[in-house]
Amino acid sequence: MRLPCPICGERDRREFYYRGAALALHRPDPDAGDEAWADYVHLRDNPAGVTRDLWYHEGGCSAWIVVTRNTVTHEVLGAELAEGAR
Amino acid sequence: MTELLAKTACDGLLSVTAGPFTLSEEPVAPLTSLMPYKGRDKALSAALEAAHGVKLPGVNRSTSKAGISVLWFGRGQFLLVGAGPDGSLAEHAAVVDQSDAWARVRLEGAGADQVLARLLPVDLRAASFKRGHTLRSPLGHMMASVTRTGVNAFSIAVFRSMAATLVHDLKTAMEGVAARG
Repeated sequence: MRLPCPICGERDRREFYYRGAALALHRPDPDAGDEAWADYVHLRDNPAGVTRDLWYHEGGCSAWIVVTRNTVTHEVLGAELAEGAR
Repeated sequence: MTELLAKTACDGLLSVTAGPFTLSEEPVAPLTSLMPYKGRDKALSAALEAAHGVKLPGVNRSTSKAGISVLWFGRGQFLLVGAGPDGSLAEHAAVVDQSDAWARVRLEGAGADQVLARLLPVDLRAASFKRGHTLRSPLGHMMASVTRTGVNAFSIAVFRSMAATLVHDLKTAMEGVAARG
């Protein structure tokens, strides 16, 4: 599996650390309420299809990136810097 | 006070040879990381050129002139090698001394790219990785910086604490490739 780092180009999967769903970029307001926070901390979708994940290019340029991939076909559809992603 | 002896990172470990390959320690040089503040890349590049005669390189590239070089060193990070940083750089970037933090070695010999192919998951052959090109990638499990400095020469840097592992891994790979004749 190879991931297209927006900075370094296409690199081997072993250079990356997997963080989880890109949902982490949507942190609720501090006073958004228990339900929103419980959702944010504990609940994750388990999609059969396109999903967005956070990866850290720890062996390379040290950027956090959001990778879009398909869990059914294993296609990697693209990646962007987490800095600009939502 | 006890008299302390200055030792290089690979003191007592290098140099070693195997077949056509030589691994030696790079000469001691001041190393400084430059991390430009947001939107200040161009200003830093101009200040670098005025003070040291080298511009800021692009991603996966290095610039050098008269023994001073600047390596791209990661996202928003550059490494100034061979000269202490001019004070003017601090206006545009976070400037941090790294001189004793890295073990830097030089791998030379025809087919040196085959030695590195055993250790890094990137294509370092001359067709895609030319003189002056640089990148960050794991060498074994060590976060390394690799720069091609010549037709058959590479400069490699890892954290200083990993110097012995770096030398061991490279030496093993050198011997392996050399044994194939």
